[in-house]
Amino acid sequence: MGRWSRQLLTLPPTIYLLIFFAIPTVIMLFASFRFPGDYGGLAPWYSIEDGSYAFDLTWENWQRLFESTIYLELFVKSLGYAVITTAICLLLGYPLALMVSRSEKKRRDLLLLLIILPFWSNFLVRIYAWMIIFSPTGALTMAVNSLLDLFGIAPVSLMYSPTAVIVCMVYVHLPFMVLPLYANLEKHDPALLDAASDLGASGWQRFWRVTWPLSLPGVYAGSILVFIPVLGMFAIPDLLGGTNAIMIGNVIKQQFIESRDWPFGSVLSIMLTIATIALVWLGTRSGHRVKHG
Amino acid sequence: MARGRMNWLKLFSTAVFVFLYLPLLIVVVYSFNDSKLNAEWVGFTLKWYGVLFDDTEMLTAARNSLLIATFSAAVAALLGTLAGMAMSRLRLRLLPALVLAPVAMPDILLGVSLLILFIMLNISLGLVSVILAHITFCIGYVALSVQARMGSMDDSLIEAARDLGASPWQAFSRITLPLLAPGIIAGALMAFTLSIDDFVVTFFTAGVGSSTLPLQIYSMVKIAVTPEVNAISTLLMVVTLLLVTLASRFNKHALRGTI
Repeated sequence: MGRWSRQLLTLPPTIYLLIFFAIPTVIMLFASFRFPGDYGGLAPWYSIEDGSYAFDLTWENWQRLFESTIYLELFVKSLGYAVITTAICLLLGYPLALMVSRSEKKRRDLLLLLIILPFWSNFLVRIYAWMIIFSPTGALTMAVNSLLDLFGIAPVSLMYSPTAVIVCMVYVHLPFMVLPLYANLEKHDPALLDAASDLGASGWQRFWRVTWPLSLPGVYAGSILVFIPVLGMFAIPDLLGGTNAIMIGNVIKQQFIESRDWPFGSVLSIMLTIATIALVWLGTRSGHRVKHG
Repeated sequence: MARGRMNWLKLFSTAVFVFLYLPLLIVVVYSFNDSKLNAEWVGFTLKWYGVLFDDTEMLTAARNSLLIATFSAAVAALLGTLAGMAMSRLRLRLLPALVLAPVAMPDILLGVSLLILFIMLNISLGLVSVILAHITFCIGYVALSVQARMGSMDDSLIEAARDLGASPWQAFSRITLPLLAPGIIAGALMAFTLSIDDFVVTFFTAGVGSSTLPLQIYSMVKIAVTPEVNAISTLLMVVTLLLVTLASRFNKHALRGTI
């Protein structure tokens, strides 16, 4: 195929993604400097009544972000949720990935399949499962409360709590942590561990001095894959957190759907975009530094 | 020492597996429970599946989901194949970024920016807007699947065909396309599954009358937890399981494709 016809083939997907991904992102950036419409949404760029165009911009929406500390606190809180979720995923996922990478070759594929399979059930179904578990009449809550009752402790309810939100976010994102970790751990040369024990290293020393430093690229990759979707999450806090666990995604949703203040919703979305890009950049940079010393 | 540690690892991993599977098992078991509450086991019944098939809103949502997934997967298969081929053969900068960014970003950002775009362009929110949105995030998965397939293809086959007098089009349709087919099919099946699964992007781009299964489940559980949701959840699990098994027959890494 000629050079030109090859280049021509790239046009359809490029144009599609420019129209439906790149341009909407740029429009959102502009929208963050525009005025809300009379009935919510965005003020029109073109007025049908007098045929005039209006391109005036304002700083108001961005000023509102910094006027009070509410929104900055919200970002910090969302980052906090993402940090805790990522940390628990790492704590649960690392031993799992290590176990899979150290088991017999034949069994590895089956074990990996078992880790990925729950991920393929519908996202909302997985949230719903935890709604059943945490519901006040659910078996778990009943069992926990009857146990607490024995010790004379008042019954607890986990539904609509930050704990419920974090448990579910860990549940949904765990495979994202395990797979990159496994891909890394699988490549380690077992001879390195043998050499370490020949040199007198104990079990813990071998882990902290050999396995852990070598697995850092996998740790970074897995952490990024968990951290980013969690940071922008709205469905899980919406269904399991109620008003007690609000994240930035909930406020973005609220601005676009309920309050219909799109310019301010755009401000928050642009902030989330910037945070995401910064995280990807940081993650790939640290991953790179580890790889190349 | 090493053996002892492996046993601890195994014990811990078993606990994590219970954590992964118990919630889904609970959903399935309660879908057969003869009680309105997801609490005590009362007795076996199939009545929640009956309720499901009498629920016209749920059936419309199921039809919408299938329609959206079919169209999105078909268009994404076409555009994604072009993108995947181009990405493996040409040194491009813009296209790989455009293909991967919608996959890497939190999906709420794609949802709200498309909502602004559709309203600005006067595209009414409905099946069409949802399909246009789903294609955007599906292209990447097909492109990656096709790119991987291209990477394992032997270029000398095409050169041989050309040496034997095949036109560029003949070489493409008789050699390249059949060899790429498993990658395209696996990518398209994955796109189909992800489209059926999507909640967030659909939430922002759907309008009245274009509710999908995830949207329908969302609005139901927002009001109250009912065993009908268990029944539809169980059915969805079975359908997804079949699709993913099918996809992995064409491409053994399809299962891991999205991660």
